[in-house]
Amino acid sequence: MADYKPTEMMTIAAARSLKNDDICFVGIGQPSAACNLARLTHAPGITLIYESGTLATKPTVLPLSIGDGELCDTALTTVSVPEMFRYWLQGGRIKVGFLGGAQIDKFANLNTTVVGPYDKPKVRLPGGGGAPEIAISCSEIFIIMAQGKRSFVDKLDFVTSIGHVSGGDSRAKLGVKTKGPTKLITDLAIWAPDPETREMTVVSIHPGVTREQIQENTGWPVKFAATVDETPVPTAQELEVLRELHARTNRAHAAA
Amino acid sequence: MARITKLSEAIAGAVQDGDTIALEGFTHLIPHAACHEIIRQGRKNLTLIRMTPDLVYDQMIGMGCAAKLVFSWGGNPGVGSLHRFRDAIENGWPHRLEIEEHSHAAMANAYEAGAAGLPCAIFRGYIGGDLPKVNAKIKRVTCPFTGEELAAIPAHRPDVAIIHAQRADRAGNVMIEGVLGVQKEAVLASKRSVVTVEEIVDELPERSLNAVVLPHWTVGNVVAVPGGAFPSYAQGYYPRSNSFYKQWDEIAKDRDSFHAWMKTNVLDKGPEAFAQYARKHKAAAE
Repeated sequence: MADYKPTEMMTIAAARSLKNDDICFVGIGQPSAACNLARLTHAPGITLIYESGTLATKPTVLPLSIGDGELCDTALTTVSVPEMFRYWLQGGRIKVGFLGGAQIDKFANLNTTVVGPYDKPKVRLPGGGGAPEIAISCSEIFIIMAQGKRSFVDKLDFVTSIGHVSGGDSRAKLGVKTKGPTKLITDLAIWAPDPETREMTVVSIHPGVTREQIQENTGWPVKFAATVDETPVPTAQELEVLRELHARTNRAHAAA
Repeated sequence: MARITKLSEAIAGAVQDGDTIALEGFTHLIPHAACHEIIRQGRKNLTLIRMTPDLVYDQMIGMGCAAKLVFSWGGNPGVGSLHRFRDAIENGWPHRLEIEEHSHAAMANAYEAGAAGLPCAIFRGYIGGDLPKVNAKIKRVTCPFTGEELAAIPAHRPDVAIIHAQRADRAGNVMIEGVLGVQKEAVLASKRSVVTVEEIVDELPERSLNAVVLPHWTVGNVVAVPGGAFPSYAQGYYPRSNSFYKQWDEIAKDRDSFHAWMKTNVLDKGPEAFAQYARKHKAAAE
């Protein structure tokens, strides 16, 4: 079995969920790594869109910021930010949106705003950015987050962007027609919403991870699907391409 | 009508204490030199509008220029926190900072509405989350044709927009290339404007028929400040200094090291320093 880190398993599992004909709204960090890994392995035709307005971009190194010159240089075209949010995101032209956050609850609602009360925060986080509208406008949402008791919480301090709200048909009742989070990919497992309750449920466990470990790193009682798969181990090719991508990126960011 | 001038004169003429100002540039073309000039001139009580406060507003907040911040994402991109922004909100240092928080879509729509001369922006957004509970300016309107409920927020109408661009010609026509952000909208939405550019040329270069150009009669002040976006970047001139964005995390973490850096690099320097920063950085990156 190949030697790999849990975060590498997370990125690789996320990359595998993407298809060649997907059109993705990509965030910085883990989502960007996963999307570009997919593009460099099984999904060369994938369309990657960053909110800086760069459409169908093919960066050689991962951008540090959402609007690095690399994204613009390798894009099919670059549009203004109002056009990006109005025509492309709100217009319903994006299939998969990637999100992450500081906190997530069992219905995959996310907090990236504050820890503690809004008016007197213990930690002021960056805030929503594009997330509130990405969460409702993309056909479906994939979430990538490492698990832990402080991030997988029973109750969010602030709802920055909605997932399945309070479960059942509560999302649809708000008038939102898109699917919301269909996948939650962590360093331990892959989760998907229960068809009825919409609670995020473990559907695949990464190799070597136990159910107890998943529970220990989750702030609510974890539901497991009737059939739980084992996530296939990263292939040598997946690991090689991902590590080369990160090495190229680190060299580029250190130089500039 | 565009006036070609010096940075100190442009800022002194355009930015007054208590103004609402917007320094824009979405990662690209962030007007760092103009930000430093505002700090040197000691402007106070400003309302700062910007989608991503970035290092420029971290610096202005830490130096006590800001009374209020209107924003949608306050981090150091790819690095982590903006420490001066956090210190102001979490601890009221150097003084209390009022915030009006939006999403990116809302901010982009509000600039566009301002440019279009509309009183408000209408879009599909802010559904189900908590931002409308903490920002009284987020309202809902019903579409008179379909009955759909949409979000509405007031248009951005800043007193001053400040942007950086690649070039202007001698009449003050400004050309922008690359990641465009909301700069065109910010200038058109504002009463006054300051545009710093990499260079002022006799004639704008050969360009696409649909190039983004702000005509001289929509622009207030034009100032040549080569390197004026550093450590942000100017497509075609110099790349982003990702390493400086990482260094900023250490500089800004501590109040004293922040002040020491600001004294050496802002208070005791002038806009001419930027040409050298960009030149050195470009050479190192190649």
